[in-house]
Amino acid sequence: MFVAVIMVVIVVASVAFHVFSPWWFSPLASNWGYIDGTMVLTFAITGAVFAAVVLFVAYCLYRFRHQEGRKASYEPENKRLEGWLTALTAGGVIAMLTPGLFVWAQYVEVPDTATDIEVIGQQWLWSFRLPGEDGKLGAADNRLIGGDNTLGVSPNDPLGQDDLLIEGGELILPVDKPVRFLLRSVDVLHDFYVPEFRAKMDMIPGSVTYFWVTPTKTGTYEILCAELCGVGHSYMRGTVTVVTDEEYQEWLTSQSTFASLSS
Amino acid sequence: MADIPHDASATVPPAELEEMELYHAHSWWTKYVFSQDAKVIAVQYAVTALVIGFVALVLSWLIRLQLGFPGLVEFIDADRYYQIITMHGMIMVVYLLTALFLGGFGNYLIPLMVGARDMVFPYANMLSFWLYFVAVMLLVISFFVPGGPTGAGWTLYPPQAILSNTPGQQWGIMLMLVSLIVFIIGFTMGGLNYTVTVLQARARGMTLMRLPLTIWGIFVATVMALLAFPALFVAAVMMLFDKYLGTSFFMPTLIEMGEQLSYGGGSPILFQHLFWFFGHPEVYIVALPAFGIVSDLISTHARRNIFGYRMMVWAIVGIGVLSFVVWAHHMYVSGMNPYFGFFFATTTLIIAVPTAIKVYNWVLTLWQGDIHFNPPMLFALGFIVTFVNGGLSGLFLGNVVVDVPLSDTMFVVAHFHMVMGVAPILVIFGAIYHWYPKVTGRMLGDAMAKFHFWVTFLGAYLIFFPMHYLGLMGLPRRYFETEGIMIMPESGHSLNAFISIMAFIVGFAQLVFVFNLIWSLRHGRPSGPNPWRATTLEWQTPTTPPPHGNWGDHLPNVYRWAYDYSVPGAKEDFIPQNEPGSVTKGDPA
Repeated sequence: MFVAVIMVVIVVASVAFHVFSPWWFSPLASNWGYIDGTMVLTFAITGAVFAAVVLFVAYCLYRFRHQEGRKASYEPENKRLEGWLTALTAGGVIAMLTPGLFVWAQYVEVPDTATDIEVIGQQWLWSFRLPGEDGKLGAADNRLIGGDNTLGVSPNDPLGQDDLLIEGGELILPVDKPVRFLLRSVDVLHDFYVPEFRAKMDMIPGSVTYFWVTPTKTGTYEILCAELCGVGHSYMRGTVTVVTDEEYQEWLTSQSTFASLSS
Repeated sequence: MADIPHDASATVPPAELEEMELYHAHSWWTKYVFSQDAKVIAVQYAVTALVIGFVALVLSWLIRLQLGFPGLVEFIDADRYYQIITMHGMIMVVYLLTALFLGGFGNYLIPLMVGARDMVFPYANMLSFWLYFVAVMLLVISFFVPGGPTGAGWTLYPPQAILSNTPGQQWGIMLMLVSLIVFIIGFTMGGLNYTVTVLQARARGMTLMRLPLTIWGIFVATVMALLAFPALFVAAVMMLFDKYLGTSFFMPTLIEMGEQLSYGGGSPILFQHLFWFFGHPEVYIVALPAFGIVSDLISTHARRNIFGYRMMVWAIVGIGVLSFVVWAHHMYVSGMNPYFGFFFATTTLIIAVPTAIKVYNWVLTLWQGDIHFNPPMLFALGFIVTFVNGGLSGLFLGNVVVDVPLSDTMFVVAHFHMVMGVAPILVIFGAIYHWYPKVTGRMLGDAMAKFHFWVTFLGAYLIFFPMHYLGLMGLPRRYFETEGIMIMPESGHSLNAFISIMAFIVGFAQLVFVFNLIWSLRHGRPSGPNPWRATTLEWQTPTTPPPHGNWGDHLPNVYRWAYDYSVPGAKEDFIPQNEPGSVTKGDPA
């Protein structure tokens, strides 16, 4: 009896906590509302299953608790019931997976209009490289790092001469413009994560990884490193500020190019 | 044997294994230390695992001290914090859960439940334990060497794991990798033993489809472990080469402290594939024995046959197979080719179907049962709640796009603690309350057991359920310091403090359990041979606790499946597997 009551309390308290607790997604500031949508759908389905299973258990515990003279029934199998439950579960799984895969297809397909911005992680600092007037980033490689060339930009690639370098500073992005982040690391694994954008991806020394996002709300957000990168991991934070296009263009003019920094 | 038709088995004379074929102990040393009796080895495994698990529990308090009350204890600086979380994770997953389920319960229950005198290779079985013991000692030593244990995180991801500014570079990382290698060698000896014993040493009439689900769970988990651990083995060897011989399996060109290191051309992602090719099956290596054991606990204490036995067996086998094609769901945001996400999300969500079937069948076993709220049943019920909760949150993380914001956050920590921390450990406790009478001949104290259950179950739920919501906000895991994070409101810090306090309470409740284990050894109520009135063979031994060789002069003959509870017309509400008589309709053999 007592156990059954506790089971009911667990369900009620869990649902109440979900609804009334102050902890929820950080306010969305990007195009990835679909991710939130898929998650809310997943919450609805899984929450219903959790409540149904635990409440059913609670009922069994109350109804079939041991009492004098009680004898359990003998029913080894019920193929029909097992078949129905399997089909129902498969239906629930499909309902969650299908929208998930559609949204994932958008996540991996970068729109043609996206601007490339390189993010470079190192223990425990964020740096950025933006394409210059040619709109293209020059080649870069960790083997080229040394001396003044702290990010390994190729001095021989003409495309890279006008690239804008921001070392350990703040990143500014224009609102409502898709951006493809190209991610590099000079030492260990890092992960570029802005909770309000929802998106994230690891950064690997020796490779270039990517994800894309369209910031949809102006404001200042925190960049958090989301892959363990050593003892300074939790201090590896930066800021990204989303501004209007005019403000963005003005900010661009005040940045230094690779050529000017290395001359 | 399987080829004897069950209806004829009543007339088959019992198989006999000459007593002389077992190596009987001649001295205290060979009886209690270098023993070849699977039951003694089981206790050795269990005690070692519980002791090192207790160390990991204390480490979890230190983690929670830092997260709940940052700066309160100066001893915990960032270096030590990362060493603590690394050792907590590795000990709990490998040295406690894997060792206790397979080395502990596997050794004790396999020979007894299949009706064998012992494991088929007793000497290798003894070596298996002692190699495990050496592996544990290597870990313990790493706490005391210069530089301390490694602080690379339990996943040991390169390049960071072997770079000079990671804690534990002097000795810690080497001891960790060597310890894993020794553990795997030891496990392989045990694992081959368990597999061959289940396949070759079953009593007459014990067909595979008459095996208790406990044995099915342990058997499939062992086969998986034999296939999965080699991936970790080679990863550990390659990492040792990278660290000490200057190879670059996992090491690309990289710059540390402004200096370019001599590495080049290796792939950090390769390590992650190897690690998770082991690591994901590992989740089920822990879960499947728990699934099996909990099925038997529920069935016995609800006095009802397990519902859908055949489906349960196929679900165990299906989960075992599927778990080898889902590993990269740990790597959705690792930078691997993102198109892999489609495949791995699909396989991962498919695994939810056989897993859900198991849950339904446990719950349907309660339906129309005769439920006794004995401690093993309470823990089994706690398992159902925490496992369903943790399994469902796995559907968030398995669905690739939902994983993107949640990956590497506290949501993941909450999820895996619920599903492969709390849930299997509740089963371990339930199993200990269930089989302790067979091991010692005495019952564990009931009041202490119930106190232990309620504090552990409710406390653990209060720790890990709210923790999901910290991750939902975006709080990353493995953060030494959460102060000043913009998305973290003040109430988030209060929640962290609350979680920490609950963790201390739950931790202290484990002392009651330890006390109960020791106290009942002498003062527990004598249990008799079959206190739970259970059907399986281990409860039918002529003596309790069973001596070396288990069965006296004659091995048991098996006439029925393991779940003849409350059979209509039978005079008792259970019929032991070795009781002759007509075949019941549940028997799938």
